[in-house]
Amino acid sequence: MTATESDTTTSVGQRATLLDVTDLSTSFRTERGVVHAVDGVTFTLDRGRTLGVVGESGSGKTVLSRSIMGLLSGKNVVRAGSVKYEGTEIIGYSAKQMSNVWGAEMSMVFQDPMTSLNPVMKIGKQITESLRRHLGVDKDEADQTAIALLKSVGIPAPEQRLGEYPHQLSGGMRQRVTIAIALACGPKILFADEPTTALDVTVQAQILDLLDDQQRERHMAMILVTHDLGVVRTRADEIIVMYGGKVVEQAPTSTLFASMKMPYTEALLRSIPRLDMPSHTRLDAIPGRPPNLIAPPAGCNFASRCRYVQPRCLEERPPLVAAADPGHFYRCFYPVGTPEGEAALQANLAAGTAVAAPAPRSSTTTEES
Amino acid sequence: MPVPSSDPGVVPSKSSIFAGSGDLATEIGRMSDGTAHELNNLGALDSDEDGRSAKKRLGPVFWVAAGWFILVALAALLAPILPLKSYTAPSAFIRKPPSAQFWFGTDTIGRDIFSRVVWGGRVSLAVAFASISFGVVVGGTIGIVSGYFRGRIETLLMGFCDVLLSFPALLLALSIVAFRGDQRDLLTISLAIGVVSIAPVARLVRANTLVYSQREFVTAARSLGARRGRIIVKEILPNVVFPVLSFSIIAIGLAIVAEGGLAFLGQSVQPPTPTWGGMISDGRNYLSNAPWISLMPCLILFLTVLALNLAGDRIREYFDIKDND
Repeated sequence: MTATESDTTTSVGQRATLLDVTDLSTSFRTERGVVHAVDGVTFTLDRGRTLGVVGESGSGKTVLSRSIMGLLSGKNVVRAGSVKYEGTEIIGYSAKQMSNVWGAEMSMVFQDPMTSLNPVMKIGKQITESLRRHLGVDKDEADQTAIALLKSVGIPAPEQRLGEYPHQLSGGMRQRVTIAIALACGPKILFADEPTTALDVTVQAQILDLLDDQQRERHMAMILVTHDLGVVRTRADEIIVMYGGKVVEQAPTSTLFASMKMPYTEALLRSIPRLDMPSHTRLDAIPGRPPNLIAPPAGCNFASRCRYVQPRCLEERPPLVAAADPGHFYRCFYPVGTPEGEAALQANLAAGTAVAAPAPRSSTTTEES
Repeated sequence: MPVPSSDPGVVPSKSSIFAGSGDLATEIGRMSDGTAHELNNLGALDSDEDGRSAKKRLGPVFWVAAGWFILVALAALLAPILPLKSYTAPSAFIRKPPSAQFWFGTDTIGRDIFSRVVWGGRVSLAVAFASISFGVVVGGTIGIVSGYFRGRIETLLMGFCDVLLSFPALLLALSIVAFRGDQRDLLTISLAIGVVSIAPVARLVRANTLVYSQREFVTAARSLGARRGRIIVKEILPNVVFPVLSFSIIAIGLAIVAEGGLAFLGQSVQPPTPTWGGMISDGRNYLSNAPWISLMPCLILFLTVLALNLAGDRIREYFDIKDND
């Protein structure tokens, strides 16, 4: 199934393909068993485009971005599949080879600027380090570049900031600094791993706008990882929804919001407050917890939390299938907005089991600590 | 402070000295674990509070302690050019109590105790600094390597440290001195105490390295193409240096005590070169009629170690907050 799937996606994007990820899987060997954190992810990314990766905590979205970058190290990490950067396979690259790719070709903005900046190193030094490492410029030139970078990410009095330590800046300023560091060597792909999660709501939009502006100016590709569908709705060209390490729905943004097929995507959207709701409307939280990735349930990962769940969902794993719209894939037997899905939902509502799973619940899903 | 002969009238048996100084290793071990624990706790707190509002000060205790230590260190350093009486030449005044002529009194063969304390400070401080520097360099390397690379290297190095820790500290030091035969010079003594200090430093550094190597800025540095050597030197080392620095100040105090213990057993540098422990030992048979012979070096040793402990503690608190705001 993955072969046909990758064929379809590549034929859609015949522009300048920058990143081509095929059937990427990442698992961790732990004492309790093998955790399949990312399972068979396939997508392509072109210059200047934005891919949104959405999912709740533990869905594998952070592991996916780090796995593509090859930042997961250790004997217990198993990566399979293919990651082609500008046509070159980088899965087998050693850390030494990757260190020429990191920073200069792809770089990452991390979730929490409190921890992603070195507390005892001056900001100027943190920016200029990679400049001098990758571009081999001298100190004065690197300092000038750093000042220009800080100015471009909207930091006032950048000359003065170079000599300051991270604790002297506010959270939003710090995130601007980490963005400046990530952009320093002009990467072609920027991974933004929940770049606004640790920030005040008031600065979140500013940081996202900043990322947008920088992306447009530099014609970069961006992978925006978030748990907030609202964030990617206006900013991503294509969206991947992940659940339990698997892609459960993948579509161009407009298609996804116009005709979503996966009950999980719908549930995510229903859990976001909307302006047109009357005040004091109860939000629909998704009941239960993500599946245990060491011993995934026999059927669909989402079955135990799904409003559309049917006996078949508990026994059989739904494959990723193509929808009518080009580039739209989903993983469900009873998709939202189809006659089968409606029938399933109505049947569940009538039986009163719409929210929780029906009786034959997989024991592994409940016993997660 | 476990100053061995502060119990007047009784000549302590060797075993009781071992018991007292054997605590050295456990004491240091406990301290390093405590520091690591605090660091862990502080790392877990995602403090967004503004650290600038509560301006940290070292406080008067620190400055008094540091002042005393600087006084002692300067006196020891400048001993050759200070107008001191000879520390080797005996005089006619035997076992004289402290007076205007002999500030700290004279010893059993009439030597001026004050000048011997000053000269003895040279040896004690030199040994303490040299041994802790050795311990910090070797133990620090072991700690940072095992904390960053983990795996088999860690098992091996930490196993080595556990072996070191399982020896009573003074016994280990004594056996190293014995191994060097009759070359009981500064180098031998420093090496002996330095080896004892490797394991505690290694544990402290490893614990801190574990904390910092999990921090996102290390991953961030990797994502920018920094190599391992660079990450260790530029990202982790500067963060580990502060706790190690404040710890080593306290460790220097402990090393002075350890040297005193060795000298008390006659295993430090050769006489007539004075050391504080050796002088305490010299006077132990006269504690009832000429107590100043032992008590004067004892008092200086006690005050110096106390000063180092107080100063080290304050510095540790000072930096603990600073690197977490």
